[in-house]
Amino acid sequence: MNSEHKCTRIALALALVGAAMTTGSGSGWSPRRVAAAEPPQVIEIKAKKYEFSPSQITLKKGAPVVLRLSSEDRSHGFFVKPLGVDADIKPGQVTDVPITPDATGEYVVICDHYCGLGHGNMKMTLTVVQ
Amino acid sequence: MVRNPLDRRSFLRIAGSSLSIGALYSAFAPLAHGASGAILTRTLAELNGEAPGAFSFIQLSDTHVGFNGPPDPLGTSAFENAVATINRLKRRPELVIVTGDLTHDADSPDEHAKRYRLFKEIAARIGGAQVKVVPGENDAALDGGVMFREFMGPTYYSFDHRGVHFVALDNVSSGKPAVGAAQLAWMKADLARFPTSAPIIVYTHRPLFDLKPEWEWFTSDGDQVLTALAPYENVTILYGHIHRQNFHQRGTTKMYAARSLIFAFPDPETASAKRPAQFDKDHPFQNLGLRRVTGGAGGGELRIEDVELSMNQYSGTVGMDQILKHGKGDSVDE
Repeated sequence: MNSEHKCTRIALALALVGAAMTTGSGSGWSPRRVAAAEPPQVIEIKAKKYEFSPSQITLKKGAPVVLRLSSEDRSHGFFVKPLGVDADIKPGQVTDVPITPDATGEYVVICDHYCGLGHGNMKMTLTVVQ
Repeated sequence: MVRNPLDRRSFLRIAGSSLSIGALYSAFAPLAHGASGAILTRTLAELNGEAPGAFSFIQLSDTHVGFNGPPDPLGTSAFENAVATINRLKRRPELVIVTGDLTHDADSPDEHAKRYRLFKEIAARIGGAQVKVVPGENDAALDGGVMFREFMGPTYYSFDHRGVHFVALDNVSSGKPAVGAAQLAWMKADLARFPTSAPIIVYTHRPLFDLKPEWEWFTSDGDQVLTALAPYENVTILYGHIHRQNFHQRGTTKMYAARSLIFAFPDPETASAKRPAQFDKDHPFQNLGLRRVTGGAGGGELRIEDVELSMNQYSGTVGMDQILKHGKGDSVDE
């Protein structure tokens, strides 16, 4: 699943929450409870030849987050196959990747947009805990 | 796509006869016998002007001209040695296919251009064979393939040779490990004139399947390429990038990686990280695509030294099989 699909999934979830808010009386949901939901945590990740900063992040299983990606020099990639993330990071732009990890584990994130001689070593670790 | 009801096994047999340099393949067609074979021969001759015929070719990969250790301080030695070995083969290959990373990337365009010139200079020493190339990410990913096209020609193309259709695919020059929609559409159109049983050899740099995505050993739209190739029953894909041998099959499509000519990467099944193998000055070409072949001078059985037999022992001769253990018919005069 790519990031667009993730976005779609989250948008669908928000739509369902909206539906619950409008029809929720008597169903156990209340507008007050929904409004109290925490906005997703935003984690900023900067890319430059040939590293990500930070080089390690830890997420909680089931907790939605937004990875806010930016580049300090040239185009890079942000690819982690098991989580269905394949994003481009372009200089001068911010790329938001919303994800809700559904399995614990340690995942290797690689730059999959060739960026020069050290490209093969450009990676970071994304850990998902319970 | 042209449908042809003939049994694919009657069309083409391609068997590896030895693995002395990269990979040496022999292609031959026992299909001239029998009615079905005659129909196929005529069909292919009409389609591409040439009926299937016997020939051999060599795959080299990842020469990385310009790289000069560690881990390999010998630079172009393995590549030059491979060229010399090709030139000593009694039965000369008609094609030499280089599956990418001809050059090692350089910080300056001038330096990169020098590396292209050196690659061409060494490759030009190969006698009597056409040299066909595709780019690797070191060649073409930073400038979108501009310098590759300047020195080597188009990054993707196709041609016919003795009744076999060859397709060169570029899965590097977009910067990402991808073929892209335009090239995929071109490939489908290119193949549409062939019967599903036509012998097809595709060569590219990166694997078209998910070999090890976290090491960037994949092509993001490789599934689409393989799906488009799936109806064709005699497809062989050759690739490089991973600096080691590998065999993978999906349906009837067989995929082979060749060793590099610079340094080896470890086994992705067992290694925790993608670190190049250490250079061994006593065995400078160990794990590279160069193997010394002795014996067989009279056409007898070859003896191949230092072949990693445990990795590749295949049976069957339908499709293209690399037979590493023993080969016949080719030898090196040393």
